[in-house]
Amino acid sequence: MNIKIDGIRVDIPEGFTLLEAAKFLGIEIPTLCWHEGLSAWGGCRLCVVEIGEGERKKMVTSCTYPVEEGIVVHTASEKVVKSRKMILELLIAQCPTSRTLQDLASKMGVIQVRFDPKWENCIYCGLCVRICNEQMMARAIGFVNRGNKLEISTPFDKNSEDCRKCGGCIYICPACTLRCQGINQDNVLCNACYNSLQPTCISNEDNYNCWMGLKNECGTCSKEESKNI
Amino acid sequence: MYLSKGQIEHESYDSIVDECIEKHGEFLIAILQDIQKRYNYIPEDAMRKLAKKLGITLRDVYGVASFYKAFSFTPKGKHVVTTCTGTACHVRGSSKIVDAFSNELGIKPGETTKDLMFTHETAACLGCCAIGPVVVVDGDYLPKVKTTAIRKIIDGTKRGAAILEEEDQRIFPIQVVCPQCNHSLMKPEHLVDNYPCIHVTISFKRKHGWLRLSSLYGSFNIESEHDIPVDTEVNFFCPHCHAELVGSSTCPECSAPMILMLVTNGGNIQICSRRGCKGHILDI
Repeated sequence: MNIKIDGIRVDIPEGFTLLEAAKFLGIEIPTLCWHEGLSAWGGCRLCVVEIGEGERKKMVTSCTYPVEEGIVVHTASEKVVKSRKMILELLIAQCPTSRTLQDLASKMGVIQVRFDPKWENCIYCGLCVRICNEQMMARAIGFVNRGNKLEISTPFDKNSEDCRKCGGCIYICPACTLRCQGINQDNVLCNACYNSLQPTCISNEDNYNCWMGLKNECGTCSKEESKNI
Repeated sequence: MYLSKGQIEHESYDSIVDECIEKHGEFLIAILQDIQKRYNYIPEDAMRKLAKKLGITLRDVYGVASFYKAFSFTPKGKHVVTTCTGTACHVRGSSKIVDAFSNELGIKPGETTKDLMFTHETAACLGCCAIGPVVVVDGDYLPKVKTTAIRKIIDGTKRGAAILEEEDQRIFPIQVVCPQCNHSLMKPEHLVDNYPCIHVTISFKRKHGWLRLSSLYGSFNIESEHDIPVDTEVNFFCPHCHAELVGSSTCPECSAPMILMLVTNGGNIQICSRRGCKGHILDI
């Protein structure tokens, strides 16, 4: 099927999803609840892309949307980037202790969380339920209750006979990997990696030579200069 | 049919689960509904058996059953009282009705009384907002429920069916003040007949104490620190200025002295000071 991703025309076999097509082309789409080897879920919404043109543009999750003949996809339009940041903000507000989320925030340039942090330990991505179901064939844990009472648990909150204690759920859980316990560990957003990725020229006293050869382009030098004045 | 808790514990669930599977095939929700109808809740062991017999995991059965609020994992009462807390009912004071049921039954919403008679629930909307606030008792919709009717609903349900009687229009709450110091005699933190009570101090036969009167005109319910024997004449005092609340006239029925209190909306009310006499004069 001929599709067009970010202006690149490419022939993708039927049955592929937009995410797989983008990966094939080397276009990076951030994902969280998607995992190769597990079924697509479309729960975290981080992989949203814009499809269609003009009036008929709409946002879909690329991990669940199959390729269509002649479809036009934008994986990093302004709207897409903005909504991904918003989704990540909401996810971080739910679980600020997750390293996976904090890393994504640094990568995507999320520098503020405008929501009250809930400090929960689950973001309901469903990865553990799917790995238990599809890879470990145990079907021990699942979603329990509904709406704001939703949780992931074993039936009746008791030790399940189906569970073999393989640990697959913990292995795959993005919320179980705690973020580094640096000085900002009580903040909702640590952004330590984001800060360490800043150009090193900040410490350079005379910014005659940017390490990236981009004098004044990233704006860090001029920001520093204005601070000094 | 409703079974008591003891019967349920001793019964095996094999036959009922088989019966349901035969009737509904593999339709899980229909089977769960039948089990719930039979036992008034879904027992854990029945779910385990059901999962085994249908060849699905307990996780799937539990996930479906916990998704729907209609399924309960704890035994429900014989009568289920559901109060609507939807927007239309809420603005008409359904939260007070929920509180009144909680007070009357002694349980919070979602709980069941210890004698397994009543389950008290709330619903987000029952779809009949025009007749709100709505209470559903065992499937009967009661329209425009008032907090004063809660007791009648519960008593009626115990007897058979809850019938919402037409409210007596002559019964209404009043607010009174002391005629001497003009302080309010109302005590909103104590409810008698679900309305703020009238709080006064009394003395009779060398006993002193408080007395709480129902503020409903037409109700003669009282709460008292001391038991007052019938036919005792009681002296009433304002709890603020300690002046005696005494009227000029005598009771038209038993000619005992009358107690005088001012009604805030204008006028005064006089009640007979003799315990057991219902003589009173309302002057608005």
